[in-house]
Amino acid sequence: MKRSKPTNLSKNNLKPPRPKKMPVGSRRQLKELQTLMASALFRPLTAEDRMQPCWTDGSSMANLADRFIKPNDRLSAFERLEIYNRVYWFRLLDCLYDDYPGLRAIVGEQKFMELATAYLAKYPSVSFTLRNLGQRLEKFLREQPQWIAPHEELALDMTRFEWAQVVAFDDAALPTITTDDILDTPRSKLRLGLQPYLSLLELRYAVDHFLIAVKKREADVLRGEASNTPDAMPQGAKRKRRPRLPKRERVHLVVHRYDNTLYYKRVEPEAFAILLGIGEGKTVEKACSAALAKSKRPGADWTAQIREWFHDWSALGWFCRSKR
Amino acid sequence: MPANRYNGFTEYGIGIGLRVPHYRHILAKKPVVDWFEIISENFMVDGGRPLEVLDQILEQYRVVQHGVAMYFGSADRLNREHLKKLKRLVKRTNTPWLTDHLCWGSVDGRYTHDLLPMPYTFAAARATADNIREARDFLEVPICVENVSSYAEFHASEMTEWEFLSEVVELADCGILLDVNNIYVSSKNHSFDPYEYLKNVPHHRVGQIHIAGHSKFEKYILDTHDHPVLDPVWKMYAHAIKLLGKTATLLEWDDRIPTFDEVHHEALKANKFVEKQFETAAA
Repeated sequence: MKRSKPTNLSKNNLKPPRPKKMPVGSRRQLKELQTLMASALFRPLTAEDRMQPCWTDGSSMANLADRFIKPNDRLSAFERLEIYNRVYWFRLLDCLYDDYPGLRAIVGEQKFMELATAYLAKYPSVSFTLRNLGQRLEKFLREQPQWIAPHEELALDMTRFEWAQVVAFDDAALPTITTDDILDTPRSKLRLGLQPYLSLLELRYAVDHFLIAVKKREADVLRGEASNTPDAMPQGAKRKRRPRLPKRERVHLVVHRYDNTLYYKRVEPEAFAILLGIGEGKTVEKACSAALAKSKRPGADWTAQIREWFHDWSALGWFCRSKR
Repeated sequence: MPANRYNGFTEYGIGIGLRVPHYRHILAKKPVVDWFEIISENFMVDGGRPLEVLDQILEQYRVVQHGVAMYFGSADRLNREHLKKLKRLVKRTNTPWLTDHLCWGSVDGRYTHDLLPMPYTFAAARATADNIREARDFLEVPICVENVSSYAEFHASEMTEWEFLSEVVELADCGILLDVNNIYVSSKNHSFDPYEYLKNVPHHRVGQIHIAGHSKFEKYILDTHDHPVLDPVWKMYAHAIKLLGKTATLLEWDDRIPTFDEVHHEALKANKFVEKQFETAAA
């Protein structure tokens, strides 16, 4: 009797080979497992907020999860990994959502979530604290302006402004300089430092006023949600209203804190230029002369004006020792 | 256990987590609270309101630091900059002991901001214990590691979670922050007996207990810290106190935070179990 040649088509052989389980018998293998799992978590969710069904090489995500995660009687390995994938994205997106109400109002809720997802996919958190999550958002938006079109400049202004508020909230405050500290220093040699928590922003839009309007609207919506009064406005109607986007306007803004409360203060262009010069390490004299040389207000009483500015800025505690 | 070397030989009672929505109430009313737990990372900043509030709290209350980002179980070595910032805070608070989680959460400097479960292997236990020892030596303060709630298990695991916890703390010679709610959550998610867990951890190393609320879903339980403590967890807590004795206990409430009084009232329910245990022991 003629024997048939053995083939690979027997029933058992039709099953794909079982994926090899990942061992953790050394620190190196622990690192391999953690690298793989973190890579899975960092991958964005699908439009339905589920874990992606395929891995980066197109292979099955379920097979990949099976390599290191055990299923149980209720959940597959895929579903167990998916819990962590979802928690990661929900947590981080929530954080950006809270930190960037102004940017959100400019681009719209849906587009904001898409840009935040793209941002985190490109720039995952590299800090132990979620406080720094938006640190590279401006850089990302400059690299990929399609996320903020057609309001590129406005959105970038807002992003810088909202990050400046994070900095103003809890960055370092160095000992302030007093008049006594600088009494003996000639003006030509006097250098001051600016507090690390202070940001100088030259803006093309009045994002400060716009953000106040956005926050007021959000507070009103929240108050409405907390209200049980029958005459409370329908929520849908409230949510649809968005403050009108600001018109183009040159604004010089200092974002700072005083008595541990956050403030933003508009300043004159010349005052802004002086502060910028001081921040760059120029002597006070050079900072002032350079700023006034560019002034479009000839004939102003600059001596009195500058004295007043410095008085105000000192009172606000903006000056510290220069690093130079 | 009561005062031991893992909690700086202190005898703290029932505490609650210091949370932003309660700042104003606490600073204005100065309620009687045995101690507050702070999330270290929220105060590892260089200035501003967080540190101002902390200093005001420190004038009135005892504070213990609880971390969420040390990631003892990460295969990478600990981040020295993180440790330096943490040490500055330790000096500020004079925390008698410091806690963080038995988990990992970062790889190559990229952070998940989650408390991810460990594979329970001897190699992972050694790596984790090395990190804990390094942190303790640098920070010069006793460390207790907390068991996390988890939703996944690894094929690689060679032992149970409580065996892994015991292995790590023995190798690191550190304490345990026993989170009773996390044991309950994980026991439901992984189908083990939570009382076996309580029975088998090294009791003499427990420096502190956590209690909290959780949320039930169809196929798993999630550790959400947004509810009062549920009855099965209180029951486990009572059993834990029976095994451990009077132990510093803290209620965690991190989301949908109610008024200060509600949180404090919920925490103080723990006293009922502690007192009952005392009465039983005295009789």
